[in-house]
Amino acid sequence: MSSRSTRRILDRAFTGLGGFSTLLLAAALLVILVPILIKGFGAFVFRETVEHRRMLLDLYETGDRAAVETEVAAAAKAREPVYAMLGAFKKEVEALPAPERRKLKSDCKDLEKALNSLLGPAPGTTQPILLRQRYGQNRWDRAQVAIGKVLYEEAYDYSDSSQMGKKILVPRVERFRGTSLEPLFDYVRDQSKAMLLPRWIFYGGFLTHTSRDAHFFGGIRAEVLGTFYLTLGAMLFAVPMGVIAAIYLVEYARDNWLNSLIRSCVSTLAGVPSIVFGLFGLAFFINTIHVSGSKSVLAGSLTLGLLILPTLIRASEEALRAVPHTYKQAALSLGASPWKSITTVILPAALPGILTGIVISMGRAAGETAPIIFTAAVSVGQPLTLLKTLTQPTPALSWNIYNLCTEHEAVDEIRHVQYGMVFTLVLLVLLLNLSAIVIRARLSRKLRV
Amino acid sequence: METIAEARSTRVVDINNLNIHYGQKQAVFNVSLGIVRQQVTAFIGPSGCGKSTILRALNRMNDLIDHVRTEGSIRLDGEEINNPMVDVIELRRRVGMVFQKSNPFPKSVYENVVYGLRIAGLRSRAALDEIAEKSLRSAALWDEVKDRLHDSALGLSGGQMQRLCIARAIAVNPEIILMDEPCSALDPKSTVRIEDLIGELRRDYTIIIVTHNMQQAARVSDCTAFFYEGCLIEFGATKQIFTKPEQKHTEDYITGRFG
Repeated sequence: MSSRSTRRILDRAFTGLGGFSTLLLAAALLVILVPILIKGFGAFVFRETVEHRRMLLDLYETGDRAAVETEVAAAAKAREPVYAMLGAFKKEVEALPAPERRKLKSDCKDLEKALNSLLGPAPGTTQPILLRQRYGQNRWDRAQVAIGKVLYEEAYDYSDSSQMGKKILVPRVERFRGTSLEPLFDYVRDQSKAMLLPRWIFYGGFLTHTSRDAHFFGGIRAEVLGTFYLTLGAMLFAVPMGVIAAIYLVEYARDNWLNSLIRSCVSTLAGVPSIVFGLFGLAFFINTIHVSGSKSVLAGSLTLGLLILPTLIRASEEALRAVPHTYKQAALSLGASPWKSITTVILPAALPGILTGIVISMGRAAGETAPIIFTAAVSVGQPLTLLKTLTQPTPALSWNIYNLCTEHEAVDEIRHVQYGMVFTLVLLVLLLNLSAIVIRARLSRKLRV
Repeated sequence: METIAEARSTRVVDINNLNIHYGQKQAVFNVSLGIVRQQVTAFIGPSGCGKSTILRALNRMNDLIDHVRTEGSIRLDGEEINNPMVDVIELRRRVGMVFQKSNPFPKSVYENVVYGLRIAGLRSRAALDEIAEKSLRSAALWDEVKDRLHDSALGLSGGQMQRLCIARAIAVNPEIILMDEPCSALDPKSTVRIEDLIGELRRDYTIIIVTHNMQQAARVSDCTAFFYEGCLIEFGATKQIFTKPEQKHTEDYITGRFG
């Protein structure tokens, strides 16, 4: 009796443990994915300001010119009091005694900088050289940060000498108490919507627009295209090689030392760190056989192809081995040559498994970073035409996510681009894996009744 | 000029001093026998007696197994088939095979039947349709599958699948059909259908059937060969083998005293 109840307890415990670990895994996935997806979604759906519409019209020629011009005019009208107050204040300052004048002038310069960042260059001033300074805040969420910088300035509180200075926010209006600029701050706070006209939009151009001025404006076309080229190239190289190698190993290779050596090499290669593949790609494809003068999509594709080759071979091998031996016998007994039996019976029957392997390695190729750092990826670049992939490097999602998060000059200002890229990559890989499942289910249903 | 009677009695297959080894182990010892055209010849004997090995030697399916060595002569219409110059593909088209476990391809019924024709390069849709129907009719399957020709063959019942395999084998119009225990995985009703079918097919084809079922051998075959431990013990007309066998061994096996 007791052994039976022990068995039952153990059984329950095991079931519980299994369920618990599955739940834990799902929870971890949610904790990671949900914030990424939500924040990444913000790259596509957000409240755009009139500055964004103006930028889109100027740089990408999208949008209704007449409507945008009307809105720009309306916004300019709302901004008029700001510039009027500034003009009046500047005249007022000239009449003041020198020390006070100098101080207020410098304060005013800081204020103007904050205002330019919010609204763009003041009317009547010369066009700034940097593209990023030619427009005010594109996104309402960023605009609110910029409004904060107009209304408040950072200062340090040194009153407690035992501690480091503490960062505090001081209302900027204090500096202009009693001057004609005092009402400006209330005006900016209350009329910000009239000056920027925020509106919800879906910005599909995030995928199709080329970034301008290092991702300050526009989308991620070059990165998406780069990832597409790299993945496609890797598949073009690896799929035929992988499937043929698997056919050789399953159907033709005899059991001798050479073939078992090949098999263990394939298994070992599957476990080699991807950075090693990157180094190999640089050393072999670029420096030794010179497929291109320097980094190029071609070299990157070959390296990625090499990286996924072992996975592909193993998946195809498994799929081919799972085909019942009787199919081959039947084909041969009907007068098929071994090769014919493979192409007409064995490969079609193994296709669901092979396709799953292909799609999963496609996801891997799309997301790998280390191999392309050495062989194909650049931080900033234009979208490539097909022919240029033979010689030119490209930005790609995986590498540029890292690059934009660590090496960009204004990391904080382009958070939405970073998350948008991660979102796109995660979605791409999820989609590929999902399609693997669907393809497999469909083909299996077609083959098995 | 041969008369029809003579042609009928000609040996289509002539096996002489056949020895087959699996690596070090010899499976078939000095077997010699002749198969007569358009008759059903049954190979019987206990498991491991080499009868399936001999059967597979006739269309060289033993080539697929590593370390198999075949010695002696097998002549098909007077032509040595173990000659390295022989085109195995051509040989297998002339000597079809039906396996113990039915093995239709995971394709439609129609595609299964025309498979041998397609890989032989026949493209004409009309010809394929015609042969498919003829083969399925010959295999007594047409009426059951004519409305589901393009459904998966794996949806058929076990007996139907085996008849489909027979239809597939006869679609390439072989001279000889080898059957390796074709009913061993089937229920009695399906077995009867296959046996009836064998009775029909003997009019056009030479059939060699390996079976463990004595009654089946007695029912369907004209000649019977009894093998034991790789040797041919007795070979003769089925009636004679089953009523008054010459060898004590054969009698013991047939009456169920061993095996």
